[in-house]
Amino acid sequence: MNIIRIFKTVFLIDFLTGLLIAIKESFKPKKTLNYPFEKGKISPRYRGEHALRRYPNGEERCIACKLCEAVCPAQAITIESTAREDGSRKTTRYDIDMLKCIYCGLCEESCPVDAIVQGPNFEFATHTREELYYNKEKLLENGDRWENVLAANIKADNPYR
Amino acid sequence: MEYIVLLFSEIYKILYVLIPVLVSVAMIVWLDRRIWAFVQKRRGPNVVGPFGLFQTLADALKYIFKEIIIPASSNKIIFILAPIVTMTLALIAWAVIPFSEDYVLADINVGILYIFAISSLGVYGIIMGGWASNSKYPFLGSIRSAAQMVSYEVSIGVIIINVLLCVGSLNLSDIVLAQEKIWFVIPLFPMFVIFFISSLAETNRPPFDLPEAEAELVAGYQTEYSGMMYAMFWLGEYANILLMCALGSILFLGGWLAPMDIPLFDIVPPPVWLILKILFLFILFALIKAIVPRYRYDQLMRLGWKVFLPFSLIWVVLTSGYLLYFDLLPVY
Repeated sequence: MNIIRIFKTVFLIDFLTGLLIAIKESFKPKKTLNYPFEKGKISPRYRGEHALRRYPNGEERCIACKLCEAVCPAQAITIESTAREDGSRKTTRYDIDMLKCIYCGLCEESCPVDAIVQGPNFEFATHTREELYYNKEKLLENGDRWENVLAANIKADNPYR
Repeated sequence: MEYIVLLFSEIYKILYVLIPVLVSVAMIVWLDRRIWAFVQKRRGPNVVGPFGLFQTLADALKYIFKEIIIPASSNKIIFILAPIVTMTLALIAWAVIPFSEDYVLADINVGILYIFAISSLGVYGIIMGGWASNSKYPFLGSIRSAAQMVSYEVSIGVIIINVLLCVGSLNLSDIVLAQEKIWFVIPLFPMFVIFFISSLAETNRPPFDLPEAEAELVAGYQTEYSGMMYAMFWLGEYANILLMCALGSILFLGGWLAPMDIPLFDIVPPPVWLILKILFLFILFALIKAIVPRYRYDQLMRLGWKVFLPFSLIWVVLTSGYLLYFDLLPVY
């Protein structure tokens, strides 16, 4: 051990330098967000809570092609369909088990009519598991609630698809 | 009748000290987390109450409603007793801390010995918790903690001898009054530094938090504890930290005395000065938690036995030699 090192050890020089740095750093602006009150920016491609969209005239977009059901790697989607009086094919049942879902975004990619999308909402934690078995009503309601954001996101991301 | 009146007046006096201590423990936990967060450029708890001040109360409420799990293979009586012992010992030591000249619960003449005895007993809570859990991590943690607290107790004892040599009394109020001319932190500065570092080790704070080293021991002696029992360990730990800060400010920073004897400082009531000094020391405690890595076990033992103990022993010789040579030995 040379003299300088002994001097540094005895007088706690490194320690005091660290203390000064700590005090200096603690007055700098914070790097973290004040979460529930301010949220980080989310990309238009963000894969959050699912939603089923409608056309502007109120008609459901989904044509029950079951591509999303087929592509879903976690097999979280269950679809049943029937022909309506006007001859169009519509879903009678569209369930997503949000607990199985791995949020890969393949359902959104496979959808030919942009019906099933993953929106920007990630705050849908619940108290019970049952609440996370989403049915058609819940998904359509999500679509109605987030429609503005969803449409804007799809438009923003369109050039890269 | 007379006895009952005496009893109630004593209980009143005890609560008069105990409730401020418990409230300040809650505040200090918040302050600790806040400072830690600030150094790491985070925000820390800031939602519950103004600036998040009530965070600890919310946490305590949560702990109360949690289930207490007692391991099947544990020694149940000792297991339950351990957190009670820890918390009680951390709180009863406050009996002799003088907040001002007449605001002290028990003005006994061996105050410093009393505190020293109580804080030595503090290790029992941890050993009992670790032993009664009957599980390997708590056991290893409590062994470490016992060795660590015993070793640093020795150097703290020798440091206190330094102060006592200058005072000539074991009464804590006398120790404070002896610092009217000059705080002991100035003539005994190296001792103050060693006392501070030893009290970090004594209260299992980083960089000496080996007994609860998350990386290797999960949570040390607290691993098997849950709910209110865990909260009591936690409360005891912070009450102990606060006690060590109070002891540091009484022994070295002049207790309730103002920094200078000028009329402006006389407006501030004496307990406020003590609280400010405790706060200063605690902020140092919290800052150190944020900046230091953890010691290795052999380094910890080396520091305690091979550096601090000989150094403070030499300082005892120096202090007593100086006092004797210049005929400054206090006579009571």
